[in-house]
Amino acid sequence: MQSENLIDIHGLNSYYNDRQVLFDISFGIPMHQVTVIMGVSGCGKTTLFRHLTGLKKTLPGKIIIEGKDMGEFSEAQLMRYRRRIGVLFQSGALFNSMTLYENIALPLRVHTKLADETIRIMSIMKLNMVGLSEFWNYMPSQVSGGMKKRAGLARALAMEPQVLFVDEPSSGLDPITAAGLDRLILELRETMGMTVVVVTHELESAFKIADRMVVMDMGTIMAVGTPEQIQASEDGRVRQFLNREADPQDLSVDSYVKCLLDRRE
Amino acid sequence: MSNPIQTLGAFGLNKIYDAGRFGVFLLYTLRGIFRPPAKFWPVVKQIEFLGSKSILLVGFTAAFTGMVLALQGYYTLSQYGSEGYVGAGVGLSLVRELGPVLSALMVTGRAGSAIAAEIGIMRIEEQIDALECMAIDAYSYLVVPRFIASLIAMPLLVAYCDIVGILGGHLVGVTLLGVSSGAYWDGFFASVFWSDVHMGLTKSVCFSILIVWICTYKGFYAGVAEGHFGPEAVSRATTNAVVLSSISILISDYVITSVLLYS
Repeated sequence: MQSENLIDIHGLNSYYNDRQVLFDISFGIPMHQVTVIMGVSGCGKTTLFRHLTGLKKTLPGKIIIEGKDMGEFSEAQLMRYRRRIGVLFQSGALFNSMTLYENIALPLRVHTKLADETIRIMSIMKLNMVGLSEFWNYMPSQVSGGMKKRAGLARALAMEPQVLFVDEPSSGLDPITAAGLDRLILELRETMGMTVVVVTHELESAFKIADRMVVMDMGTIMAVGTPEQIQASEDGRVRQFLNREADPQDLSVDSYVKCLLDRRE
Repeated sequence: MSNPIQTLGAFGLNKIYDAGRFGVFLLYTLRGIFRPPAKFWPVVKQIEFLGSKSILLVGFTAAFTGMVLALQGYYTLSQYGSEGYVGAGVGLSLVRELGPVLSALMVTGRAGSAIAAEIGIMRIEEQIDALECMAIDAYSYLVVPRFIASLIAMPLLVAYCDIVGILGGHLVGVTLLGVSSGAYWDGFFASVFWSDVHMGLTKSVCFSILIVWICTYKGFYAGVAEGHFGPEAVSRATTNAVVLSSISILISDYVITSVLLYS
């Protein structure tokens, strides 16, 4: 399935102080499709996620969103972009001092002039979408991890975003709840035509929801393609990731001494 | 491995960067006053937290400070036959110095630490990132209500602290030690002028800005400089917030007193 790209990334490099974590990342995120960015822990997925959501500053020319350069966004443009996206964080990132309903109502209260009753109905509808309408007046501390994540998704959908970014939707969830979230993501794509970007290292979930996959390793992209293309990849590192094989360990004395010397430097 | 000069240079640059960020933080906070979301109820809630819930602690501190001032004052002044000036001593000490400083230190310990911890937890749990991703100005939402509430609550707390302290001094000086009530109040009203009250209230406003500025800043950037966002980042931010606020209160107290006394 070929589709126009909503976001194009061109040669993105990223640093934390002097340490480079992303190396020349380039790929496109097609409109109305689910793009899954996957890779082992520490491969730079979350850093890329932070660039795409505007939480980490991007240099000009590196991320183009519908023809506009994200690196040259003014603050007002960044705010406008953020009103069009929904973000589900790994932990749900719900505000602990508010009920689930108040969490979902917050963006509607800030960004719209809707009446309180309308906001209440819309918030309950979003909670209903994720199966939590009965828990609207619960505090985040009173619900389970999976429920927090679903409430986080309801909040991310509150403003009817054009693009949904999801960080590790399945991590820490039981298989049934994780499958429910996967189904919800697919429904959002099918019923609302939403563009979804998912960052995950859960293979089963990734292959179930992806229209397009990006496999990362050590800050670089190893492979981009449809799930079938990724599954058929001959690349050794991609195969190792797909087959869940551990890195071979070199236990010789020479390698141990070298490792110690490297650490001292 | 870097040499000592490099380390010193990096340390200096870090501090300059931190100072710049600290200044920009205040500018963003001031800008946030004029940005959504609406702040009336959040400000009321923060006045309750910063002010109302500090009343007991500040009152307790003020009462015993006034009592001990009267006791010490009586002991010293009675050696010169001037016990009547106990009211003046208690009043001037509290209105000019101890009222604002003690109230500020108590608010820092009780509310400042809680502010730093609460915002620090929001930082490490990605709640501040979530606010930014929802296009909500985090300064306007998190810092401004506390800033305005502190500006309203602190002068009131200081006035309350002064009154309770003076009454505490009266209790010990007049009721326990036998100073005449008329002499106590005469000494007080003859010595404490509007300029002294003005000095105390000016200090309370400056301290309220310092407390909220430092405590919210430390919480807001908990773990950011270090690059890791664990619970220790929150504990460090809270400790630093209380220590830095307390030191800033004492230093600024000296500076404000010098400026107001000799200007």
